[in-house]
Amino acid sequence: MSSNHSYIPQDAALQKVIHSRHRTGVVWRLFFIAAIIFALVALLALMYNVTREAFGVIAENYINDPDTLAQTYLDTDKPFDELTQEDLSVIASKAFEENEARLRILVLDWVLGVTPEDGAEKLRAVSSQTVGELLAEGQYPEELREKPIGNPPLTPAEYQTILVRNLDEAQLRTFVLAEVAQVQVARSWPLNETLLNYSEIKKEVETDPDLANSELKFRSWVNWDFLSQPMNSRPELAGVRTAILGSVWMIVLTILIAFPIGIGAAIYLEEYAQQNRLNSLIQTNIYNLAGVPSIVYGILGLAVFVRLLSKLTSGQVISDGLGPLGIDFSVSPNGRTLLSASLTMAILILPILIINAQEAIRSVPNSIRQASYGLGATKWQTVWNHVLPSALPGIMTGTILAISRAIGETAPLIVVGAATYITVNPETPFSRFTVLPMQIYRWSFEPQKEFKDAAAAAIVVLLVILLSLNSFAIVLRNRFSRR
Amino acid sequence: METQSAIPKKHVTSIPAKEPIPKLYKKTRPGEALIEVVLFICGALSIVTTIGIVFVLGEESLKLFFGDEVSIVDFLTSTRWNPILGDFGIWPLLTATLVTSTIAISVSLPLGLGSAIFLSEYASPRTRQIIKPILEILAGIPTVVYGYFAVTFITPLLQDVFGSRVSFYNTASAGLAMGIMILPLIASMSEDALSAVPQSLREAAYGLGSTKLETSIKIVVPAALSGIIAAFIVAVSRAVGETMIVALAAGSGSQLTLNPFKSAETITGYIARISGGDTSYGTPDYNSIFVLGMALFVVTLVLNILSRYFVNRFREVYE
Repeated sequence: MSSNHSYIPQDAALQKVIHSRHRTGVVWRLFFIAAIIFALVALLALMYNVTREAFGVIAENYINDPDTLAQTYLDTDKPFDELTQEDLSVIASKAFEENEARLRILVLDWVLGVTPEDGAEKLRAVSSQTVGELLAEGQYPEELREKPIGNPPLTPAEYQTILVRNLDEAQLRTFVLAEVAQVQVARSWPLNETLLNYSEIKKEVETDPDLANSELKFRSWVNWDFLSQPMNSRPELAGVRTAILGSVWMIVLTILIAFPIGIGAAIYLEEYAQQNRLNSLIQTNIYNLAGVPSIVYGILGLAVFVRLLSKLTSGQVISDGLGPLGIDFSVSPNGRTLLSASLTMAILILPILIINAQEAIRSVPNSIRQASYGLGATKWQTVWNHVLPSALPGIMTGTILAISRAIGETAPLIVVGAATYITVNPETPFSRFTVLPMQIYRWSFEPQKEFKDAAAAAIVVLLVILLSLNSFAIVLRNRFSRR
Repeated sequence: METQSAIPKKHVTSIPAKEPIPKLYKKTRPGEALIEVVLFICGALSIVTTIGIVFVLGEESLKLFFGDEVSIVDFLTSTRWNPILGDFGIWPLLTATLVTSTIAISVSLPLGLGSAIFLSEYASPRTRQIIKPILEILAGIPTVVYGYFAVTFITPLLQDVFGSRVSFYNTASAGLAMGIMILPLIASMSEDALSAVPQSLREAAYGLGSTKLETSIKIVVPAALSGIIAAFIVAVSRAVGETMIVALAAGSGSQLTLNPFKSAETITGYIARISGGDTSYGTPDYNSIFVLGMALFVVTLVLNILSRYFVNRFREVYE
């Protein structure tokens, strides 16, 4: 050992040692750069993968040419795009004139969102409910109020009326395309193949017997119909309207619940709490809650909000209260509602909200507080009129970050029981609901390639929402730090 | 202004000359006290949440263990998990969780730490300004999107490279996606720790003739070690609790296997599958998710407490 220490390399030997040390330095430097590049490449690959699936060519075919529908049913030769709502409803009713079994299925699917995939039991249960129970006033002829919707079946004419009254123009157009013209996407190709191998795709469409009569066209899976249509059992017709509305409802409710509590807790911990055991326990506890896996919150929500408080979260309590006043209030059969989800999500984002708000409040200079006290303000007056306004941009930034966390969360919602197939918009906090990440989850599981494309489109929508929220937060933060 | 002139007037007339001086030093303000109580309740709600979690999960777990069906010994030793048939051995789920987490950590720890060293020691301020937001974007992507990425990109890639040994649902793909997800977390936490090391330490090292690498690895990293360990622990806790990636990519049905190319269900994947289906309340399947939730909660809680301990230690040294 000692001889090792006293040895100092000279001249050529020294040069050699220095050289090898620098070589090691270069090699490791390359590794560090490679690590960063790996992260960047991963992000690029993810974006590439989503874009590739969300856009591309499709082979589309139909059983009845949409442009000849007018000729068949209306004796005019208007092209499909020029048909009015009235034309469309005539086509929709004429196409299934005497086929009452088919009409019953169509009404259940398009109007009530119940498909054969939901199971025979569900179909039977819905079929024996009366029209008045299932539909809103004015959406059905008055004389049908007391009749069951499918068991025994109504007449074809009655089904046609219900169908036409319940679908708006956009939905009617999709309905006619899907059920009368029976347009379908026979095959789809990702964007990279579209750009690189277009001629081969073309050849494939021309020669493959499965794709006879198919038309090759470019399709962006993110399009207006995708945003405005509800969920559908067929990928090319499916949309995310109900999911987006569900997400918006959930976020608004979550913020209404979590924001006041979170800010209150942050004010307490920063401005009021004295150094004692209890307060440091609260602080430690908040840090620890921030690290609890989200699925554990889901289990808590399932046990407490969905089951224990199901009377409240299903709207039963409010309905009982309003009942004697003669006000009708729609109620969910169980606690798997928006309210349960929002309460769960509020508890999940509270620790993040509190920690961010605390940091914002802590960064307010003490001189502001002292000036306020010097003028004789009370503690609360100081907090409310001076500390909070100064901390507000920071609090907002933190809140936006918490919101973007809540928008992307999926696991707790699976446990709390978000539905995956919902065709009606959520209307009250007591509605059943779905959210965007749930749709992505559901569609990613489907074996059909077209569902993967729809999932990619939903991811594009979700990422656009998240990125715009985050850039808004960054703008706020920069403005704040400049002041 | 009408009102301004009105106030002094009223003020002057309203105080009779003989009224005693108001006692300024002591005035009870019930409103202020009430506000403090309300704020305290907001803060204390977090304790209620924790108690709620412990109570809900604990109650159902105890019910399961004190019932006749399951013994805690079986739970910890049996190698089969199939609650419907009465098999409650946690090992198949645990090994799957361990496999995915190990893969995730062995991807994200070296790369995350490497990125952190690059950002804090090598990169120019300009490069740092560009790369840090990109890492933030990576950290902000919802996990369900990583799950989609694993299924549609990583799994086919693995199948191309390793051939048909790789089944469609496999733990390797889930672990890799999770590694990418955790990388920015490790990078940003370690970078914070590295940049907090005082500049004087680096200058001293350069003064003694160290190269840049020697300064980074032998001086800065050891000085920031507690922060880096904290990052590592938080990363492990994230990996263990991650649900969506494994639910989508790792497959369903519990299997005792260490082969990363086979499908296996993790603890979180099982909870998601059971609670997402139509399982009715009170069945063994349903009750078992509470036990697993409790296990997850305890493990991540211990990891988080450890991580806070390391962060605090590191703060004590340099502040």
